[in-house]
Amino acid sequence: MLQPLHNGGAPTGMSPDWPMGFLHTYGPRADPVTGLAWGLSIISIAVVVIVTVLVLTGVLRRAGRGEVAALRPVRGEGGMQWIYIGLALTLVALLGSLVWTVTVLAEVDSPASKPALTIQVTGHQWWWEATYSGDDPSRAFTTANEIHIPVGQPVMVKLTGADVIHSFWIPTLTGKTDAIPGRTNVAWLQADQPGVYRGQCTEYCGQQHAHMAMYVIADPPAAFQAWAAQQRQPAAQPAAPQQVMGEQVFVQQCGACHTVRGTPAGGVVGPDLTHLMSRRTIGAGLLPNTVGALSGWIENPQAMKPGVLMPPTKVAPVQLAALRAYLETLR
Amino acid sequence: MSEAVYQGAPLPVGARRRNSVGWWGMLCLIATEASLFAYLLFSYYYIAVQRGKAFAPNPHPSMKLSGPNTIILLASSVAVWWGEEGVKKGRKGQHLTGLGAGILLGVIFLIVQMFEWKAKGFGPTSGSYGSLFFTVTGFHMAHVIAGVAILSAVWIWSALGYFNQRRHAPVSIASIYWHFVDAVWLAVFFTFYVSPYLMW
Amino acid sequence: MTAWEDSRVPETADLTQDVRDRLKEIWEEKPGLLGWISSVDHKEIGKRYIVTAFALLIVGGIEALIMRLQLAGPERRLLSPEAYDQLFTMHGVTMIFLYASPVLSGFSNYLWPLLLGSRDMAFPRLNALSYWIYLAAAVFLYAGFVVGHGPDDGWFNYVPYASREYNPAFNIDIYALGLILLGISTTVGSANFVVTFLRTRCPGMSINRVPILTWGTLTASVGNILAVPSVSLAFFLLWMDRQFGTHFYDANQGQPLLWQHLFWMFGHPWVYVVVLPAMGMVSDGLPTFCRRPLVGYTPVALATVTTMALGFGVWVHHMFATGLPNLALSFFSGASIAIVIPSAVAVFAWTATIWTGRPRITTPFLFFAGMIVLFVIGGVSGFMTASAPLDWQLTDTYFVVAHLHYVLIGINVFPVVGGLYYWFPKFTGRMLDERLGKWNFWTMFVGFNVAFLPMHLLGVMGMPRRVYTYPQGMGWTATNVVVSLGAVLFAIGVLLLLINVAVSLKRGRIAGDNPWGAPTLEWATTSPPPPYNFAVIPSVASRHPLWEDALGESTARSRIDHGLLLDRGRETIATSPLDAEPNLILEMPADTPAPFLLAVGLTGIFAGAAGHWWWLSGAGGALLVLALLMWFWPRRMHADEPEAEPAHV
Ligand code: HEA
Ligand code: HEA
Ligand code: HEC
Ligand code: CUA
Ligand SMILES: [Cu+2]
Repeated sequence: MLQPLHNGGAPTGMSPDWPMGFLHTYGPRADPVTGLAWGLSIISIAVVVIVTVLVLTGVLRRAGRGEVAALRPVRGEGGMQWIYIGLALTLVALLGSLVWTVTVLAEVDSPASKPALTIQVTGHQWWWEATYSGDDPSRAFTTANEIHIPVGQPVMVKLTGADVIHSFWIPTLTGKTDAIPGRTNVAWLQADQPGVYRGQCTEYCGQQHAHMAMYVIADPPAAFQAWAAQQRQPAAQPAAPQQVMGEQVFVQQCGACHTVRGTPAGGVVGPDLTHLMSRRTIGAGLLPNTVGALSGWIENPQAMKPGVLMPPTKVAPVQLAALRAYLETLR
Repeated sequence: MSEAVYQGAPLPVGARRRNSVGWWGMLCLIATEASLFAYLLFSYYYIAVQRGKAFAPNPHPSMKLSGPNTIILLASSVAVWWGEEGVKKGRKGQHLTGLGAGILLGVIFLIVQMFEWKAKGFGPTSGSYGSLFFTVTGFHMAHVIAGVAILSAVWIWSALGYFNQRRHAPVSIASIYWHFVDAVWLAVFFTFYVSPYLMW
Repeated sequence: MTAWEDSRVPETADLTQDVRDRLKEIWEEKPGLLGWISSVDHKEIGKRYIVTAFALLIVGGIEALIMRLQLAGPERRLLSPEAYDQLFTMHGVTMIFLYASPVLSGFSNYLWPLLLGSRDMAFPRLNALSYWIYLAAAVFLYAGFVVGHGPDDGWFNYVPYASREYNPAFNIDIYALGLILLGISTTVGSANFVVTFLRTRCPGMSINRVPILTWGTLTASVGNILAVPSVSLAFFLLWMDRQFGTHFYDANQGQPLLWQHLFWMFGHPWVYVVVLPAMGMVSDGLPTFCRRPLVGYTPVALATVTTMALGFGVWVHHMFATGLPNLALSFFSGASIAIVIPSAVAVFAWTATIWTGRPRITTPFLFFAGMIVLFVIGGVSGFMTASAPLDWQLTDTYFVVAHLHYVLIGINVFPVVGGLYYWFPKFTGRMLDERLGKWNFWTMFVGFNVAFLPMHLLGVMGMPRRVYTYPQGMGWTATNVVVSLGAVLFAIGVLLLLINVAVSLKRGRIAGDNPWGAPTLEWATTSPPPPYNFAVIPSVASRHPLWEDALGESTARSRIDHGLLLDRGRETIATSPLDAEPNLILEMPADTPAPFLLAVGLTGIFAGAAGHWWWLSGAGGALLVLALLMWFWPRRMHADEPEAEPAHV
């Protein structure tokens, strides 16, 4: 059994212990929320402490002795001022929280400047499809599970669900927005530091909801442009005979579900594999994209991701080796 | 001394019209059924707003059958009310005629509704409008059927002489249910037959 | 059979053995299986409710423990994803629908007539019906699970995953139909509580004198009457979509979000349904142990009602991430924050009661006082998720799992267990063991906090809920181990409770009528109470009929030992809704198997629909009609009954 992948590599300064924590955030869509989180936590903890202390001291200070029934009940004057004082304090805290909430809502509603690009993200059972469509449709390209963005620039994300509802969440960059079939929801994010930010589907979407991670990779603008240019290319023609054989196998066995641009394989059921080897993970963050993991995956993805919507590949060992050799050319 | 212990006038024994617990129980049933229809109509308006023009029935639903049918149902309410007045005043003839007429008009309403359903060029599975139309009117028809059944049971019991001027809580309970079924129809009618003219 | 009478002045009598014997003869349940099935005694039904609900708590708890085994480490393969999905779904369904609400119905069923000084509920047969349907629904919901096709879409069952396309087995159909069935039980039960509250309080118990528990259950019942149709409809439409191809929820023609609206319009009010009666238990129980009346009876009663009213306006806080416009988010955030206010009233009233009283630390008191702390922890985490932008981070993580367990276990399980310690003597005539009880409390309290406090942290560390496993390297492992250990400790606490009950049933100290020296009417009759509750109907003059001498608040005194006799058949008094002035002598129904038959018929209809065995539905329907006729057939008038209204009435 292959060791699952942990963390794609943290951005500088990000706590590597908690890749999914959101108490350290790295962009303007998430930062004000973190402040709010601290604020409300402090109010909440204070409330808990106060009430706990009051209950404890109340019990300990005045505890009666002997059989309950033997203690004579008393009329007990007063007590109402507790409710008045408590309510007054509560109202102040609540009003403050509400104002803060509404302020943060307005603050993170839309980015300060015009977004650098728009990415169409579609949730599938159980992987993410990302389409980069610039102004020019011919320059559009599709990739999966790993979303590159330019650092320091706001990026719009248009979300929808292909089958059931999923939810898009990159804790260090943005809170959740659902990806709902038949609807397009809009989110935005911006990373202030280069790095790899882990995210995960957070709306229960079936058997492999647990393994529906994704990564946002924030590159310096130049690196991002280079990456995008590379992604736009169709797949390179295989050269070695084994690779050519692998391509044939791929088109026959896999083409119904996967696309490799530049070949007849044009399926849309599974992730676009045109530049498979440029990704660091496969199976939506499940496994590192290594030779071993890849062969294991192709042979029997069900063993690694039970229930996954990709069948085991039943071909002769030669063909399997060829297939793997071909996949490795998809840089 | 014990001012709270009862010392007043004689108390009626057993169910009495609005004083009976059954009457209050029926009010609870009506409250929950009214909520049910409120949620049904909410579903209609929600999908209508979300889907916009694509949802709108084209052409707008005709009132040719539903208009007169509404009047029939309202008339049945009047008949049942008159029948209930009958039992209150001890007039068995008026009582049985009123209830009987109410039942008959209810059945006519149901028959006309069947024609209305037949006349539609779409079915419950042809789209969300169709699904809503047939479900909401279907729910309402089910309530009319239940109402007719209840009124019929009461009619038979009345005919067998179970009720009289003082003891007729079931009659009152059945009639209030019937009036409720009619009132709900007005909301359904407004939603399906009037609101499209206002919305689209 | 006595002669027919139109009206009479009800006789009053002193409480004597002779009177008791006479009433016992009238009210006693028939022996044998038929007698058992036919019983309409609220105490019998209440006990059945409580026992069934506790059994289901244990089933749901065992499901949770299995999940905790799986989650005790990363990438564990103890459970397949399918198994885990069914477990967490059935766990949620069981706890929310089959334990949390029914257990409170059980307590209220048992206690209400005793608290209100009545001989039974307004509709005893409806009461039996609601229990039988509840039992049937529980069996129904578990039928799929047992054959390996349990519901697997979480308790809130979002579409489109619940649609036929993505979930083709009959599991979701079982859930849909089972919940509609259960909804019928809840609704008839609620109607019964409402009418009972309005009509069968004893003379003098005006609505400002009823115990807070009855306010809680009344409010919850009204909430049910208005909210349950929403979820029943949601499931019915889903079933239509799945079975007949209608288009309510699909993305092309319908609207997946319609499901979420319908579900949560029910779901949020429902979470108050499962706590308000339990909060009522605390409001009534604490004063007994603090030896003083509750501080702020009126504000607490009003807060109860207000919570429910506001509760109908916050459902969208479960949908903050669905992409709604900012305006809607602000509104629903505001409403959800405002709903803290009535809860605050209750919390401060309880704290003040403790502070200004002389608390006596007994087991029930520990559970009630411990609940205050847990309520506040659960409440403030709800307050945090009420803030929409913060909820974008917190939603669907273990933070929410922490919240829901703090409120559900904190405000439901703890008061219920406290309530069991408090009323067990009334139910059985014997006390639960106090020493074991304290062990019981501390194990549950510590175990609970060890299990669920760290879940907040898991949420902040970003662990999503409903994952059957999680990768290494996320920083979640150690915390998950602690959570699992805490869960085991909590389960041991529950086990101690079961042991205490089992032992004390046989060997517990004999309780006497009023072992706690409590103020309310249920303690005025024997423990356990006779089938007729009160041989003479009490009349009350204050909120604390049994404390009047000690408190000396006024000169008026309630009467327990002298009151209305009502012994010509099963009778009780009906009173006016507000002031509780007698205005009708109620003739109560005899025991009858009709409710049982009706429930069987209804279940037949639903089972037939689930399996497409339409013959079964038909047979069920026929049985249903028969049972209804049996139920409602009017009683023949007596031969000597005059036709016309006598002049004096
Ligand atoms: C069982 C009962 C119950 C109760 C009583 C509550 C009470 C509250 N709940 Fe909770 N809730 C659930 C059960 C309950 N909830 C469940 C089961 C879910 C999850 C469903 C699912 O997804 O499976 C949920 C989920 C849930 C969410 C959605 C989270 C998400 O999915 O993202 C939200 C969001 O606003 C919320 C809010 C609240 C609020 C504001 C209260 C308030 O009523 C709390 C008010 C009380 C207090 C705050 C404490 C006392 C007050 C004071 C001492 C005064 C001082 C306080 C302050 C100044 C803050 N709840
Ligand atoms: C009243 C409600 C209630 C109660 C009491 C509990 C009790 C527990 N819950 Fe539950 N829980 C929910 C309501 C509740 N839960 C809901 C609504 C959900 C959401 C579901 C969803 O997402 O759809 C949930 C989800 C949920 C999850 C999240 C699952 C996920 O998202 O993947 C977890 C995980 O740890 C969990 C754990 C526990 C544990 C450890 C207990 C413990 O307290 C259990 C303690 C154990 C017992 C009470 C049993 C005692 C057993 C014995 C004493 C043995 C006796 C043996 C014999 C007699 C043979 N619960
Ligand atoms: C029936 C459809 C189907 C067929 C046939 C199929 N796949 Fe897949 N494949 C999928 C789906 C769906 C996924 C996404 C699985 C997930 O992560 O949940 C996937 C994922 C993958 C991935 C991981 C991609 C990534 O970025 O995570 C690789 C590599 C892959 N498939 C290769 C192949 C190869 C090679 C073949 C043929 C031998 C093949 N697939 C045949 C549906 C299919
Ligand atoms: Cu996709 Cu969860
Ligand atoms: Cu809620």
